[in-house]
Parts: sequence; C-alpha cells; structure tokens
Amino acid sequence: MSALESANQIKAKFGDLVAEPTEFRGEITLIIADAEKIFEVCHFAKQIGFDYLVDITSVDNYGQDPRWTVVYHLRSIVDGKEIRLKTEVSEEKSELPSVLPVWRTANWHEREIYDMMGIRFAGHPDLRRILMWEGYPYHPLRKDFPLAGKPTDLPEIAFTRVTPMEGGPFVTLPSSDEAVAREPRVRTPEGAEPGISDQRLVKK
Amino acid sequence: MAQVQDIEIRDSAARTAAAAEELQEMQDMQGEKMVLNMGPSHPATHGVLRIVLELDGEIITKADPDVGYLHRGDEKIAENMTYTQFIPYTDRLDYLAPLASNVAYALSVEKLLGIHEKLPPRCQYIRVMCCELARISSHLLGLGAFAMDTGAVTVFLLTFTEREKIYNLAEAASGARLTNSYTRIGGLMRDVPPDWCAQVRQFLKEFAVALAEAHTLLTRNRIWVDRLRDLGVVSKEMAIDYGLSGPNLRGSGVNWDLRKNQPYLCYKDLDFDVALGSIGDCYDRYLVRMEEMKQSMRILEQCVNKIPGGGENKSKEPVSIEDGKITLPPKQKVMTSMEELIHQFMLVTEGINCPPGETYFGHENPKGELGFYINSKGGGVPYRLKIRAPSFINLSILGELMPGAMISDVPVILGSLDFVMGESDR
Repeated sequence: MSALESANQIKAKFGDLVAEPTEFRGEITLIIADAEKIFEVCHFAKQIGFDYLVDITSVDNYGQDPRWTVVYHLRSIVDGKEIRLKTEVSEEKSELPSVLPVWRTANWHEREIYDMMGIRFAGHPDLRRILMWEGYPYHPLRKDFPLAGKPTDLPEIAFTRVTPMEGGPFVTLPSSDEAVAREPRVRTPEGAEPGISDQRLVKK
Repeated sequence: MAQVQDIEIRDSAARTAAAAEELQEMQDMQGEKMVLNMGPSHPATHGVLRIVLELDGEIITKADPDVGYLHRGDEKIAENMTYTQFIPYTDRLDYLAPLASNVAYALSVEKLLGIHEKLPPRCQYIRVMCCELARISSHLLGLGAFAMDTGAVTVFLLTFTEREKIYNLAEAASGARLTNSYTRIGGLMRDVPPDWCAQVRQFLKEFAVALAEAHTLLTRNRIWVDRLRDLGVVSKEMAIDYGLSGPNLRGSGVNWDLRKNQPYLCYKDLDFDVALGSIGDCYDRYLVRMEEMKQSMRILEQCVNKIPGGGENKSKEPVSIEDGKITLPPKQKVMTSMEELIHQFMLVTEGINCPPGETYFGHENPKGELGFYINSKGGGVPYRLKIRAPSFINLSILGELMPGAMISDVPVILGSLDFVMGESDR
C-alpha cells in the first residue's frame, strides 16, 4: 500500500478531522484539525503499519494564531512508506496529548520540544528540560528569543549573559532593506550594551 | 619476671549477639542504593555525556542519561543565515564523519529545490565516495575507542593509523582535514585532484590488511567475545519502538538501510550488502560495523572504477549543477559577463532562492539516520530547520538498556551504541 492510500485510509477513518492529503516533493502531508485528537490519529496510524516514528518537530508561527505547529514524521519499516502529520496548537493552550504510549521514542522528542519551544505534552511522565539546564527560564527556539541570547537573573551556573554579536556568526536576513539594516552587527540585542558599531551608527 | 596479661573471653551468647549485629549492619548496607554520577567528563562517555546511575552493589538498577552539555543552538543559528552559510555548521554535528554530514545537508536543501535527483553523475560518485570514506573513518574511531574502553588498546593504535590516511584523502579533496565543508548546494566545492582516485585505491589496499588484522585481534578473542555477548540486548521490536537507526537498528536484525530502501545519489547502481545482526547484543552491533566497513570498501572500489570521467576527469565532467541561480558561476565569467555577475551577487547576498514548502530528507550517516526537516517560506533562509540527530535518539534507549548490567558493562554498552555528542546535543 502506498503512502497516499494510507493517508486516505486515515482520512476515511477520521473524516472532517483530517484535511485532504497534500503532496510536495513526493512527501504526503496530512493536517489534523484538532490537536487533542493527535493521539487517536497516531494510534490508528501505527495500526495500519506506521511502526517507526522518525521525528517530532515544532514550528513557531510567530505573529499568527494558532502559534505552534507540531510535525510528526511516520514511517513503515515493512514497506518503507512515509507520511507527515501536522497539527496546530494555540499559544494560550500550548498543550497537546503525548504520543509516548504509541512509540517510546517520542519521550525525548517531546522533552526537546518542551525545552526548546515550551509546548507541553499532556500525559508525558517525565516532562523535563533536556538540552538546556533545569531552571533555565526561556525557550530558545521561539522566534521572539533573540539569536544573541537573553540575560537572566540566575546565578552564573552557565552562560546567562548576552553573546556579543561582533565577530560572531555573520547573519543576513532576506529583505529589501538597505544593507545597513541587514548587517547583524548594527542590530543590538535586547538588554545588551551597545557595541562599537552601534556608536558609529549613532554618530552618523 | 613473667608478665601476666588478662585476656577477655566473651561468653558465647555475647559473641552470637555481636555477630548478628554485624550481619544486620551488612544487610542494611546491601539494601541501600548508591547513586553514581558518571560524566559529563568521563573517558568512556566519548564526549560530554552524563549518566546518573543508581547502583545496588555492582548492579545498575536505574540509569538516567543527561544530555545537552554540548548544546550550541545549531537549529536557531540555521534560521538566521542562508542555506549555504550553514554548511560549515554541519561539519560540527558528527565531527567524526563531517563529509557525510555535508552530503546529508546538501541533499536536504537540494530536495527542497527539487534537484536532488538531477545532480551530475560525477558529483554523485564523489559524494558517495566521501560518504563511504566517512563511514569507514567513523566506524574506525568507534571501534578503536570501544576496544580501548574494554581493555584492548592495540586496536586503537591500528584504527587511528588508518583514520589518518582518510584525513589525508579528505584534505586532498577539500583542503581541510576535519571541518571539510566539501559540498555546496547543487554540487561540490571543487573536483577531486587528478591522482585522488589512485590514492583511494592505494588506501583500500592498505586498509584491507588493517581490517583483517583488527578481525584477528578481536572477533574470535575470548575476552572480547565474553564481555560483549548477550550484553545490552535490543530486540527487533524495541529497536523500532525506540527509533534506533543505522548499525544499532541493523544490529537488532531490522533490515533497514536508507541506501537500499530509499536510494539516493548513485547507490542504486552500486552493488553492496546490508549487514544484519541476529539477537541485537553488543557483539552483533560490533560485527555489523565491521561488515559495514567491508561493504564500504566494496562500494569505494566500484566507484573508483566507474566514476564518470575517470580519476583524472579528462572529459571535463561537471561536478556541480550548471544553474546560475543555484551554484556560483565561474569566476572568469563573473568578471566579464553581466548575467553571471548578477547571479554571483544575488547568491552571495540573498542566498539561493528556495521555494516555499517543507521537506524531510533522511541520510544514512555512519551513526544512523541523519535527517533534516526544512520548513521554508521562500527566500534564502530556512524558516525552521530541524536536525534529526541519530545519536540523540540512539541514546534515549540507555535508560532501558542499562538496568541489570554491571557497572563494568557501562563502557561496553556505550561503546557499542557509538554516539557522538556534537550531533546529539546540536
């Protein structure tokens, strides 16, 4: 059975909850309207052969509502078909059911999403930070978290000061602005002391 | 004058009471569990991995791996630079096989652009050779460090001599020994030097001898076999459930290799076998890696013979897609022709203009499936780039694998999983 047939099977089972499958570069994507039902959909997907969870990812659609998109990549080891499930979660809620009972590999994926984006998974037995340290106050992959980092009031258990951008990674953004606006060294991160290049800009 | 010393002889009832008290004390201590903090700086954890072990005597009752000490925020960095600018960061993911990570990333972006099946054949062959050299290099380090942690230091010296030769080959091709950044989106940085294929052939000759020697040192070695066999058993179902990939998945007997199941580059034209384990213990994973190195040699031999243009590329086969909107035009033309000048300018300032959409590409890296999920809203910068790091996911099984094993088994289990923290923590 091909991935598209499996996608249609999921669509037939859940009806309006699941949007029509879309295809891009040979990959099938299904959008699940209600994040609360993601466990049921994943459970059914496993029953029809998707026994391998490749990855869970989150995307921050900053400035839009709902803010979060959670992306599941499923695969069948038997016949190699793959499918992507997507569901959206609002910022106020920031919670959806855990799929840990379906695939145990979801454990660390969900912990990582909680750590990096701050989306909680209901029913996860051990939802702790995984990459950042316990007690770190921010979720660094959010779009409103600056690349340079934010200062924190925590004792100096790790680097909690803002990274100076000068000499750091050369960051360009696609925009029609002037080169001055795109140049990262003229942008001052929130809470940071103005650098030498900022002073130069002020004089101008 | 004779000295008289009084000796106190306790009566038997007191002696029994004292012995009972001592026994009770011993028993109390036995029931007490000790928490041992292993890492983050420990030679057997191959990087900065911390494991909190709960011990009952020498037996592990609970293990909680703690990762993140090498977190650099690669995914955040990727959102703030063009696709081409991120290539050097992929070197630092799996720094034991940077060439393979480069190829994985380039193919992911090319899939988003829709050109990953249209690469020039010479580029495909060179990329496959890079991947297989990286696989041998990574497995050699994994094997050497694994054997050394288990007590066999000789193998480490042997494998590092061979790795040095692979570094020389990587240097000849890309100019760098460790952080190669050899691929570009749509091709390669440059063609390999004319005598490179001959050098690879020479390396294969020497490596076959070294691999045979490693086999004689370990495979039938009584101590090695006794320490590895029936330890850290991962069943087929468990391996799939935990999302293991690469040699760790195949060691449990799951026939899944992205090079065979979802062939990319020119793998479908090449003849090789997939090594599979039977019960999924440490010894199976060791054997799978040894066999994979042998299969990589087979692939390399075929590539050296079949590479379009031959070793010296006398027919001037291209190694990059000739599309001014994806790869940089030749410098000569940039200086003389307006169109090429514009292409160069746009590529360098704005980056490659990718279509909006989302793709996932999984690549069979030495450590497992290295995947990149790219969410693009158009333009030269990814909106979200997620790295599916095989080491991270392979490590998540530790909590299940460790309980029941002895404390001296920890380095063996860790060595057999063969992870690298640069990739795990991103």
